[in-house]
Amino acid sequence: MTARIEIEKAAKLFGTSLALDSVSLTIEAGEYCVLLGPSGCGKTTLLNIIGGFADPTSGAIRIGGRDMVGVPAADRPTTTVFQDYALFPHMTLRDNVGFGLRMRGQGRAERNARANEMLELVGLTGAGDRRPAQLSGGQRQRVALARALAVQPDVLLLDEPLGALDLNLRRSMQEELKAIQSKVGATFVHVTHDQEEAMAIADRIVVMNGGRIEDVGPPERVYRAPASRFAASFLGEMNFLTGEVQGGMAATALGPLPAEGQGPVTLCLRPEHLRPDAPLGVGTAQVLETVFQGGHRRVRVSLAGMTLLAHLPLTVTAEPGQSIALGIDPEHLTVLPGGTP
Amino acid sequence: MTRYLACALYMILLYGFIFLPVGVLVLFSFQDGRFPIPPFQGFSLRWHREVLGDGDLMAALGNSLLVAVASSLVALTLGFLAARAFATARLPGVTALRGALMAPLSVSYLVIGLGLLASFNLMGLSKSLWTVAAGHVVINTPLCFAICAAALGEAQVSAERAARDLGAGEFRVMTLVTAPMILPALIAAFLLSVTFSWDELIIAFLLSRFDVTLPVEIWSLLRSGLNPKTNAIGSLVFLVSALAILSFELTLARRK
Repeated sequence: MTARIEIEKAAKLFGTSLALDSVSLTIEAGEYCVLLGPSGCGKTTLLNIIGGFADPTSGAIRIGGRDMVGVPAADRPTTTVFQDYALFPHMTLRDNVGFGLRMRGQGRAERNARANEMLELVGLTGAGDRRPAQLSGGQRQRVALARALAVQPDVLLLDEPLGALDLNLRRSMQEELKAIQSKVGATFVHVTHDQEEAMAIADRIVVMNGGRIEDVGPPERVYRAPASRFAASFLGEMNFLTGEVQGGMAATALGPLPAEGQGPVTLCLRPEHLRPDAPLGVGTAQVLETVFQGGHRRVRVSLAGMTLLAHLPLTVTAEPGQSIALGIDPEHLTVLPGGTP
Repeated sequence: MTRYLACALYMILLYGFIFLPVGVLVLFSFQDGRFPIPPFQGFSLRWHREVLGDGDLMAALGNSLLVAVASSLVALTLGFLAARAFATARLPGVTALRGALMAPLSVSYLVIGLGLLASFNLMGLSKSLWTVAAGHVVINTPLCFAICAAALGEAQVSAERAARDLGAGEFRVMTLVTAPMILPALIAAFLLSVTFSWDELIIAFLLSRFDVTLPVEIWSLLRSGLNPKTNAIGSLVFLVSALAILSFELTLARRK
């Protein structure tokens, strides 16, 4: 009912452009894994390679230990929730959900019972006789999910499944997806370009860019200590400082800051860690611009000749032109090797 | 007001021009006399009775129906399969291939008929209803292809992908997903193809011998001169075509 996915040095060429550049990744059985990245980063190509809609130009892919290269989608232990849902408009919801079981030779009574059960699981109890055209976008999404899960796949692939939904619906579907995943236990591989969605839902995030994996890890680790500059800037906002490390301290525009390593480095500082009450003072900044964002103020400040971003608590006033003393907590600094901004 | 009247008059004239021949044909099929020419001498069903009692004509009508339905089913299948290939597969030289498939639409039936006649001779096949049906498949496949191709789009391609993902083989993808999704277009293509085959004279004339289709039988009747019987059978042909076209229009209308 669940399986481990092993991808070894998978590459995919489209013409002369490299959509996937030697990607290696292991997704554990029962894991909720999110492939995150901007459009064109290769995440959908990777999903297609797992689902059997494309074969890698080179490299290997195994699901549950079985070699999958050359195996068509129909014969893989995977099913997909497509971005456009791809429901069958001429069938009732029950027949849509039961389609995969029909292909596996199950009788009508049996597959109808299972379809009703699946519709119940996704919150569409009793809607079996309706047709896709009668449903809202969110409901269609649920049917697509029920249809893909009805055949009890080892691996469920979700291709930007929430992209067409509005924000509130997306939030509640994220929770539901997570709940459904822990109920059915299958490995979920979810593609999105939405970093908030990725953080809310994933056991592990795979950040991709330019056909390569930039970072892999639990959301909190990837957010707090990103492995690359791209991962740092894609998962939320980030301030970058260049510095030169010598003897455990980096010389930066904000003065000496504690840092491991040697030579030129880039220090990453989340805007929420640039605060007036932080232990290590870094000087007085000029407020350039301030935007009220509900839970915090997003403030652009000028400090030591740089423009930095700070998320200030609402208790701190920050009007443009105002001076404000800021500090950082060295614990929240991430140091990346290489100094080029 | 004058403008409105002028428009109305124009419309009446236009429709009159289009429907006058058929109107006259149908009217004089009820002629109570020996010649289908004015003056109208009275209403009679005599000629219709005679048509229905004519064994040759009825046999030709049966042949026509058979050829129309059979050739249309084949043309529809071929057209559908080709349209599906163009919609899903990435083919080299796709524009040229599509053009070549549609080209017979612009070739005269006479040329196609002569070409088929020569080909069947070469192959040593004798002329029969089979050869007529083959001819009608040639003229109707491009038509069915064009209608199916217009109906197939992203939605079908993506639903096919989903069906394959759920374990469907190609045959079941086509029969359970693609074809039902574009059913109105398939029905429309079939009906239009039936009317084209039903009315077709030249190819049927060139490629048939002992068993003939209705237009060929009517043609040979006409050579022995006009009489209200030819009008009566003409009306019958028109009625069948009109019914098919009407169903075609209704099918398309229901899709919208």
